[in-house]
Amino acid sequence: MKLSMKWLADFTDVSDTSIKDYSDRMTDTGSKVEGYETLAEDIENVVVGRITSIKKHENSDHLQICMLDCGTGADIQIVTGAQNVFEGAVVPVAKAPAKLPGGITIKAGKLRGVESNGMLCSIAELGLTLHDMPGAIEDGILILNDVGLADAEPGADIRDVLMLRDDVVEFEITSNRPDCLSVIGLARESAVSFDRALNVPQPKKPTPKNDGDKIENYLNVEIREPSLCYRYSARVVKNVKIEPSPLWLRMRLRAAGVRPISNIVDITNYVMLEYGQPMHAFDYACLDGSRIVVRRAEEGEKFVSLDSVPHTLDDTMLVIADAKKPVALAGVMGGENSEITDGTKTVVFESAMFNGPSVRVSAKKLGMRTESSSRFEKGLDREQTMAALDRACELVELLGAGEIVDGTIDEYPAPSVPYVMDLDADRINAFLGVHLTEEYMKEILTSLHFGVDGKKLTVPTFRDDVRCMSDVSEEVLRIYGYTKIESAPLMGVTTQGGRTARQQFEIAIRDTLTGLGMCEAETFSFISPKFYDKIRMAEDDPRRESVVITNPLGEDTSIMRTTAIPSMLKVLENNAAVKNRDVSLFEIGNVYIPHGKGELPEEARRVVIGIYQNDDKTDRTFFTLKGSVEAVLAALRVKNAEYAPCTTENAFHPGRCAVVTVDGKQVGIFGQIHPLTIANYNIDAVTAVAELDFEALFEAREVMPEYKQLPKYPALERDFSFVCDEEQTVGVLESCMKRAGGALVESVRLFDIYRGPQIGEGKKSVSFAMMLRAADRTLTDEEADSTVKKILKKLEAECGAVLRS
Amino acid sequence: MKETLLKIREEALSQIRATDADLEAIRIRYLGKKGELTAVLRGMGQLTPEERPVVGQIANEVREAIEAELTARAEEQKAAELDARLVKEKVDVTVPGTPALVGHVHPIARIQREMEEIFIGMGFDIVEGPEVEYDYYNFQALNIPPDHPARDTQDTFYISENILLRTQTSSVQARTMETRKPPIRIVSPGRVYRSDAVDATHSPLFHQMEGLVIDKGVTMGNLKGALEMFAQTMFGAETKVRFRPHHFPFTEPSAEVDVSCFACGGKGCRLCKGEGWIEILGAGMVHPNVLTMGGIDPEEYSGFAFGMGIERIAMLKYHIDDMRHLYENDVRFLTQF
Repeated sequence: MKLSMKWLADFTDVSDTSIKDYSDRMTDTGSKVEGYETLAEDIENVVVGRITSIKKHENSDHLQICMLDCGTGADIQIVTGAQNVFEGAVVPVAKAPAKLPGGITIKAGKLRGVESNGMLCSIAELGLTLHDMPGAIEDGILILNDVGLADAEPGADIRDVLMLRDDVVEFEITSNRPDCLSVIGLARESAVSFDRALNVPQPKKPTPKNDGDKIENYLNVEIREPSLCYRYSARVVKNVKIEPSPLWLRMRLRAAGVRPISNIVDITNYVMLEYGQPMHAFDYACLDGSRIVVRRAEEGEKFVSLDSVPHTLDDTMLVIADAKKPVALAGVMGGENSEITDGTKTVVFESAMFNGPSVRVSAKKLGMRTESSSRFEKGLDREQTMAALDRACELVELLGAGEIVDGTIDEYPAPSVPYVMDLDADRINAFLGVHLTEEYMKEILTSLHFGVDGKKLTVPTFRDDVRCMSDVSEEVLRIYGYTKIESAPLMGVTTQGGRTARQQFEIAIRDTLTGLGMCEAETFSFISPKFYDKIRMAEDDPRRESVVITNPLGEDTSIMRTTAIPSMLKVLENNAAVKNRDVSLFEIGNVYIPHGKGELPEEARRVVIGIYQNDDKTDRTFFTLKGSVEAVLAALRVKNAEYAPCTTENAFHPGRCAVVTVDGKQVGIFGQIHPLTIANYNIDAVTAVAELDFEALFEAREVMPEYKQLPKYPALERDFSFVCDEEQTVGVLESCMKRAGGALVESVRLFDIYRGPQIGEGKKSVSFAMMLRAADRTLTDEEADSTVKKILKKLEAECGAVLRS
Repeated sequence: MKETLLKIREEALSQIRATDADLEAIRIRYLGKKGELTAVLRGMGQLTPEERPVVGQIANEVREAIEAELTARAEEQKAAELDARLVKEKVDVTVPGTPALVGHVHPIARIQREMEEIFIGMGFDIVEGPEVEYDYYNFQALNIPPDHPARDTQDTFYISENILLRTQTSSVQARTMETRKPPIRIVSPGRVYRSDAVDATHSPLFHQMEGLVIDKGVTMGNLKGALEMFAQTMFGAETKVRFRPHHFPFTEPSAEVDVSCFACGGKGCRLCKGEGWIEILGAGMVHPNVLTMGGIDPEEYSGFAFGMGIERIAMLKYHIDDMRHLYENDVRFLTQF
């Protein structure tokens, strides 16, 4: 809401306050100021001049030399290229040195050898439009004679002559205070904030014509939906003469950011800005059947709004109709079919009150939020329609824009009942933590137009937002001062405070991964459905079933991810694009698994690790990632993890991908990214990604570490190398050795895999170091050797692994 | 014989003291089985019994002197060798160390944890809630009925008519009231979503932290006290807190909360745009309708709530000028935190 300080001065006087102090205080009392601006501040040394003579420039076809009386005695010479000047014309003169909007400075100089001491200005050069200054022309000098200002005194500041000077304060009005979307509403707040008198005169009732003509001859109003239209007030104006509004009115609309159109339309806008009551004017000639019916639109009914946009309505929308057709969308916008035009002779003024949510829904459905709808939707004062209507008629008479037909229509089926509540000063003090007297509270509430009678408060009709003790306490507090609240420590029962086991687990994961040298990433939870194609997810993969956003910003952020792998690949790609080398990242984030329709999805947490290595010619990247996965499991005390090859995930290299299981339950998958997948990303490096299931890890963890005694007896170490088929896995060999060796095998450690001509095609040599230990005695060499013998036998029988000679 | 012994001593000692003395050769030459001193001692038999102890004593003294000198000299030589080796082993200390990678927590997570710790210290629990949420918890239970104009200030992503991506962590307030009874003291961090296109100061996804306290006799003074304690721990002991009136449908009275600028101490600088104050959060006393809907009697209990943007605080604290960095995850950015 833009407030003209000149307009405000009609109702309360804060002229002794600087605009900054005014803004600060208004913000402190609850009307937040977004900013302020002094209009026409960028115009300097532009005055009224009268052209006393014109002669042609000798060295130019189009330039003319004007002599101007600017009230300083001697005439001033200015060369102009404009053709619409004439002797006797009164014009705006930028007297060098001068300043114009847009940072333009005017200096004295010579034009084709002839001295020019300034510039004659067009409306655009003064920052104005044809709407602001009807009668002027766009491509020429503003001739003040054409806009009714022939009498302007030469030398007078153009800002005064054109009434451009004003201070404008822009407020951010919160949705609970629609009463402040008006000059009068802000005047009320200003008066209270600065402890000033408020003077809002009652608009004059129209002068009765007593010519026998009365409104009933013109109009009959029927409210068919009293739950959506609470009140409908109307008057008729005849013998209307459509013309531009006077300068003062246009300049006030301009300061408020509203474009002047013509007297009748401007009056409706002026009253809306002043009273906060949206109004509408119909061309009476366009109303069929001398009727106004406030009804629901018919399903599929057609309607073209003032801005020439066609709409199809439905029966949730309220319309103002005549006997045949809708002529306005109630509270939103009028119709093109009954618009005020230059030829309009008779006008119907509507000042009505509609149901807020209904206006909001209609405006939203039709995508046409207006100054009117944004006021109605917040809920306005039903009591104000008549004052606004009177004010509009007063302006009609003031402007001589027409004659008010005797009589008023005011359909008000259920007048609003003032809301009365108790004032409980003690409770307010206890609630706010302040110590104010009841008298002081009453003083504040009285100044805010509450009726105060003992402990009874009558809430003003324009304050529908005040209904309970908390609301009243805010009213008291904002005037007393939010800043005066004294802070107090939290009291009462001491609460423990802290994190759940899962939250602590997440921190442990984060600390482990950063400890491993990885950086944490944060990615968007929504992705493009194409991301599934990019990771080559199978067409029938259930993970393609995602939670879909019905109104996304774009396809890229249109579905909630069911896997965080594509997000990680995207982030790795970002890093590759800026040539970061050997990147390793992780993310702890949610994926969203859809449940049934109407149910919330499961939000499952994932731990994703992504790395790429620039110079990997081997399988180093895979094993680096696997090492990280193993380290995470170890740090989280997730034991007995098993790794099995996985060839079915298309995102991954079929020979370099594994699923991790603990006690038969899958806790994650990891592997090198498939060359065809990586081809969909701009990453020129070997890339590997792991996606672990947070909940599965949490469930698999050892909750509390349990101390085991350190061994008391020495161990014996035995190293051996086997030759086996290439297909045989280290995992199988290891588990075979452990099973065969039983309790004596403390650990088996792989230390070499060798392939070469001595070993033979399709074979490999695998070397292990085995620790053998007995818990209760020193193991003898004989025992160790017999255990090894058993192991070797088993290895040969089960795995075809032969001791390398 | 005595003279011979003394001569041997003189010769041996001078050889030992020579610069490049081969100590082992000298030892063999004089003290070895066939050494000169041994030879002399062997000739002792020819001496008279009276001379024998005298010469014997001299011979022992000579042996001890030579041995002592050899030992001392050997140690000297060892020390010199070590010195020489150390000189040889000298490295260029300006050569970079063997890389040991250090990981970095994301700035959002880092700030979030810092905030959590402060509130945990004040007795708050950390509570989480779903991001894909019912309209009821995100709006209706917070005193924002359907078609309430306040919905316009939060452009919402919808999944269906009654399911949406939560626009505020305040949704957890409503859920908490359903499952816990006062005294309640929680903060709830997490992701929230609004339909804002990505630019330097906007993101369709960001993080908030909501706080909720409900108990008997909770006042607005307690709210200010709690936020002051938070701000002073987060931004420095000198930080001041300022309340300005505002409107949120779920609190009454409501306030926007500023902290004194921690970069300039309130004098006015670029960070605070010359204001001396920086807006960091919204807060207020829980609206009685919200308490009632949560099954808590507003006649018996009161409470306060607050909510703040984690990105905003991270950006302020680390002077991050563009929100997009937070989601692009360039390691050159991430390793700065």
